[in-house]
Amino acid sequence: MDNKDKTIIRVGLGTCGISAGANDVYDAFKEAIAGTNLTLEYTSCNGMCFREPIVDIILKDRIISLSNVSCGEVPRLINEILNNKIIDSEDNDFLVMQNRIVLENCGHINPDKIDDYLAKEGYQALKKILLDILPEQVISEVKSSGLRGRGGAGFPTGLKWELARNSKSNEKYVICNADEGDPGAFMDRAVIEGDPHRVLEGLAISGYAIGAKYGYVYVRAEYPLAVKRIKQAIEDAQNRNLLGNNILGLGFNFFIKVKEGAGAFVCGEETALIASIEGKRGMPTLKPPYPAESGLWGYPTNINNVETLAAIPWIIRHGADKYANFGAEKSKGTKVFSLAGQISKGGLVEVEIGMSLRKIIYEIGAGTSSGKPVKAVQLGGPSGGCLPESMLDTPVDYESLLAKGAIMGSGGIVVMDVDTCMVDIARYFLAFTQKESCGKCTFCRLGTKRMLEILERITLGEGRESDVESLIDLASKIGASSLCQLGKTAPNPVLSTLKYFKDEYIEHIVNKKCRARSCKGLINYKITNKCIGCHLCTKACPAKAINGEIKEKHQIIPDLCIKCGICESVCKFEAIYHE
Amino acid sequence: MQKSAEFYVNEYGVDEAKTIPILQAIQADYGYLPIKLMQEVCEKSNIHYNRMYGVATFYSQFNLTPKGKNIIRFCAGTACHVKGAEKLIIAVSEELKIRVNETTSNGLFSLETVACLGCCSLAPVMMINDKVYGKMTIAKVKEILMDYKQHHGQ
Ligand SMILES: Cc1cc2nc3c(=O)[nH]c(=O)nc-3n(C[C@H](O)[C@H](O)[C@H](O)COP(=O)(O)O)c2cc1C
Ligand code: FES
Repeated sequence: MDNKDKTIIRVGLGTCGISAGANDVYDAFKEAIAGTNLTLEYTSCNGMCFREPIVDIILKDRIISLSNVSCGEVPRLINEILNNKIIDSEDNDFLVMQNRIVLENCGHINPDKIDDYLAKEGYQALKKILLDILPEQVISEVKSSGLRGRGGAGFPTGLKWELARNSKSNEKYVICNADEGDPGAFMDRAVIEGDPHRVLEGLAISGYAIGAKYGYVYVRAEYPLAVKRIKQAIEDAQNRNLLGNNILGLGFNFFIKVKEGAGAFVCGEETALIASIEGKRGMPTLKPPYPAESGLWGYPTNINNVETLAAIPWIIRHGADKYANFGAEKSKGTKVFSLAGQISKGGLVEVEIGMSLRKIIYEIGAGTSSGKPVKAVQLGGPSGGCLPESMLDTPVDYESLLAKGAIMGSGGIVVMDVDTCMVDIARYFLAFTQKESCGKCTFCRLGTKRMLEILERITLGEGRESDVESLIDLASKIGASSLCQLGKTAPNPVLSTLKYFKDEYIEHIVNKKCRARSCKGLINYKITNKCIGCHLCTKACPAKAINGEIKEKHQIIPDLCIKCGICESVCKFEAIYHE
Repeated sequence: MQKSAEFYVNEYGVDEAKTIPILQAIQADYGYLPIKLMQEVCEKSNIHYNRMYGVATFYSQFNLTPKGKNIIRFCAGTACHVKGAEKLIIAVSEELKIRVNETTSNGLFSLETVACLGCCSLAPVMMINDKVYGKMTIAKVKEILMDYKQHHGQ
């Protein structure tokens, strides 16, 4: 009986779990446990997004983890739990190669319960420094940990804190950058949704170190659950006197507010972010002055990324040396990556910096979801680059990636198989930066537009021989004459694809061919004799471009076809293909 | 619920720094930013109307004209793009007979795209109001839209 008393059913309710239907699963368990002595609990994402919805059964002596749970299975699962017959969905390869520091609690605690965090040594680091570590000592500890900013630029965190500490002012601010605008990246969302107190603790420590009384968490508007959880966490921490006046009676005052972004990628850039908190249009300003000298409302300000701050409590608790034991020569510690795209096991991966891309993609991510070969890997989002399959042995650290034409960036890894067209990817990113350019610098505003026009015509099969040259020329001008990194790095996706996939550009321009069979201007859809005339495609076609009597082979009218590919994906008889 | 300019000023304060929170509150209450209301807020606060207008037009979250009752945001982020989001956007567009950034004539749906909803490993992803749906297929999208038409109507 004792055993059963302890059994807890824990459903993963991160945004990813919820989008796979975890809320319904939670409700189904709630109904089904009535009258039993089972307890229902929730946590956030443990990073194994490919298994969502995930349900853990916590027995007295072990934890059993179930994948892809659906509501229909719930009664059977309850039965199995009650009769001790429940078995693990065994899929632990994903975790064995990881080293979890930042993610140590994600998927294990209830993010809305401060006691869960406290039980995992939460706020111990804050207490420790307030008791007997001077701000200067905290800074030197962070310095010797070798921690570098995880927001993209990789600036040494301890050094940044020192600069802000040394700025003389009676008012200072610290900001946590949770704007996470890089498409394809979701580490920061997962950390805030899964372990919000860790971020608050890290921010409070940074405030103590530089001498700030106020902190802001700037969260993007597209993350409503993260906003909700961090607000709840602030309230709970205040109620326990872990934030607010005279924290734990140890004389430190620190307050945190949440600011919601309003949908502008450039606001992730620190000076634009500050402008946005001040209530202005989020436009970057020229540096220097750096925020450490003159930031929010003109006061010295320290800005760090979510993941950077989330590593801090661990470093204080375990010591800088222990953190520096992980990682590569110039890039210490661990980094969280979000693995997505055409990958079998997509999710969050926290590994020692310096692990090769090949290991991350094949050994942790289990290769492509399609089973087809990897063609390229995109790192660093719109400021980053694409590396070809042949470079997968590159260790993932700041210096090695930069040397190959990509960047570490914020940690998004998007895997692409042979069905992805590299020219289209370049076009995609240019369309993104062109749209997100704040418009302040002419080359960023108009140069990206010209590049986009060229890329668009190449993908439509209307490319000119001079186009590659024009792209390179524009790229160097945009890079040289933009004020912020958004513009300076905007050409990177084009430059890296030109470097490694130039033959694909040439094929598009000269041979009017897209080898990935994805550029609409260069492909045609065809119906084979397998067609039984079921009408599924005629009904689905948005352009009404398919003709044919029922039970007779259909035809596509080329002039009407918009090449969306919907017909191919709805056909149940594999009778439609494109080439 | 639709509130007056006075309410927002009392609730959020009169400083320029409150511009974005005020606009976010108005947008949440009204579904858009009525010009007249923005002007009234500026008259009652220290925010200059030109500044407020500038902010309202800078951020993609804000819109100056009303939107549909349900807002569909299709993810056009990198992972979703690689996983064929474009095809789904065309299908939704066709299903609702509107293009991206338009609203259906019955005011039930607006269609938008966003760059990444942070659920990239469940790509392609879409969000309706605050709810995120992962691993979308044409059939699933149609099913969900049908459900909204039936249960989240006028
Ligand atoms: C266009 C642009 C977008 C950025 N977006 C983000 C972001 O979403 N999150 C982030 O932490 N840093 C972002 N950064 C980097 C920040 O400017 C800043 O370097 C970072 O927040 C510093 O924190 P760290 O030292 O902990 O990395 C962006 C930079 C640029 C130029
Ligand atoms: S790319 Fe679509 S959710 Fe991230």
